[in-house]
Amino acid sequence: MSASDVLVLAEIQRGMLADITLELLAAARQLTAATGGSVLCAVLSDDGQSHASALAAADRVLLVNDPQLAAYAPEPYVAALCEIVRAEQPCAVLIGGTSIGWDVAPLLASRLDIPLVTGCRAIQAEGEGLAVTTAFCGGKLLADVQVTARPAVLMVLPGSCRAAAAPGRAQIEVRTLAAPLESGAVRFQEWVLPAAGDVDITQQDILVAVGRGIQQQDNLALAEELATALGGAVCASRPVVDQGWLPATRQVGKSGMTVRPKLYLAFGISGAPEHVEGMQSAELIVAVNTDPKAPIFDAAHYGAELDALDLLPALAEAATARKGEASQSA
Amino acid sequence: MNIAVVLRQVPDLVETLDIDRTGTALDWDTASWIVNECDDHALEQALLLKEAGGGSVTVVALDAGDVDNTLYTAAAKGADRILKIPLDDPTPPAPRAAAALLAQAIRTLDAELVLVGVQAHNELDGVLPPLLAAGLERPYVGVIRGVQPGAEPGTVTACKEFPGAVMARMQVRLPAVLGILGAEQPPRYVPVSRIRAAMKATQFEEPEVTVPARDARVTVRRLYAPASAARAEILSGSVSDVAARLVTILAERGILK
Repeated sequence: MSASDVLVLAEIQRGMLADITLELLAAARQLTAATGGSVLCAVLSDDGQSHASALAAADRVLLVNDPQLAAYAPEPYVAALCEIVRAEQPCAVLIGGTSIGWDVAPLLASRLDIPLVTGCRAIQAEGEGLAVTTAFCGGKLLADVQVTARPAVLMVLPGSCRAAAAPGRAQIEVRTLAAPLESGAVRFQEWVLPAAGDVDITQQDILVAVGRGIQQQDNLALAEELATALGGAVCASRPVVDQGWLPATRQVGKSGMTVRPKLYLAFGISGAPEHVEGMQSAELIVAVNTDPKAPIFDAAHYGAELDALDLLPALAEAATARKGEASQSA
Repeated sequence: MNIAVVLRQVPDLVETLDIDRTGTALDWDTASWIVNECDDHALEQALLLKEAGGGSVTVVALDAGDVDNTLYTAAAKGADRILKIPLDDPTPPAPRAAAALLAQAIRTLDAELVLVGVQAHNELDGVLPPLLAAGLERPYVGVIRGVQPGAEPGTVTACKEFPGAVMARMQVRLPAVLGILGAEQPPRYVPVSRIRAAMKATQFEEPEVTVPARDARVTVRRLYAPASAARAEILSGSVSDVAARLVTILAERGILK
């Protein structure tokens, strides 16, 4: 137990260790290089041992095994994590900005009455506190934030830190809680998987992505025409799916799919961090947006400050013409 | 089911965001305000639940960010009561303070279910819905896309979204607070004529609340536009120029064959 330690919450989704965990461990390692503390990793599960070997980037892995942790539910998660934080008194608790993190981080901070910072992209120790850079207003702005109290709960944006390698072997500790966990008023019932049959956008080499700039559902036809011309598929950012214009299986981003195509054409997408998280590994990214300050241009290789509705048909026409020329010359 | 819905105003990201002279906050006077998108979905979800099973929908909002039009629109959509919490300072309070204010108002309601958007893009030192749940001493689960009456009395079934279009179906025993990402259907459209009618017919209730102390443990030192480490190469010219250039780039890379 040390006030210079950094605690990471390992995230387990459907029995699998989520990638964000290794990113958090890397961020924690950078922080402890300054604080001189250890990197702790809490694993909340009914079978934490099976994940421990993947967490060698930590110094200590704290396993809490309890039947109530077999599937995610807020109350047992928060109760277990509260007990670990109280016992370990770290300077910071790093939790991913994920579906689970958006529940657990603020509930933990509230229950322990400790500070919380969301959207964290960079974290540094500073005297007795922390200096944090966070994304604000969908990433259009950044805020340098001072946290004067420890411990603090920091919700880290996925993709902010390169995943940690596993340099050694962490010490594994099985923790027994003071009292058995209770299920709480929110209980997991079942997983609902996406319906089969739709295009699997994670397997496409070319994706034509549309966002709010598409304006209305009828304009999706323009994106479909371009996708057909290029031999790809249409996907979208969250607002388009929220409108019911495309199914959730076409959504790219934090709560949708993570894609790695050869070409990602983003039309009328502002580039919120949640979207960029799902497409930043594409080999070539082209962004089209009328707002020259749109964050999507920071994630793209090429950009055009044009109306998506103008460029979509023009590009489809140009691509079709080029393919026609190529087939004639062949 | 009696449902309370929280509506917040946020700066419109389509418009320019000005930073004030202190360099630590948005210039709220020049901001263009819109309803927080997730909150709009929370209202839609509440209206769907009411239409399916009866009850009432009460909208609760802080008087910040030109909220009146949003509240009249909510009334036109079908909200039964509107509570507007007066503020001395028109600057939107931080999430902890906002949660404390909203909890005071919601406690006076007979609301079994509280729906609020899971996030707002201008929060950085807190997340309103779970803070509100803590203030109300109610259970919470967020990132919810769709709520339906539960199989057991006194429960609802909420679908929590995970990556890969995967959902976790959760049973939630009421009373509870849910953080809504999306409703089961898009927020409904109401014609301007109905909003105008609501402006004439709707009375906002203004509950008395005590303003909480400011939490000084997290302070913004500097707010700024990010400097781009790897900004895109911007293709200039007419639409046809850009299309031709893009086709050439794709052909050179072997993507367009």
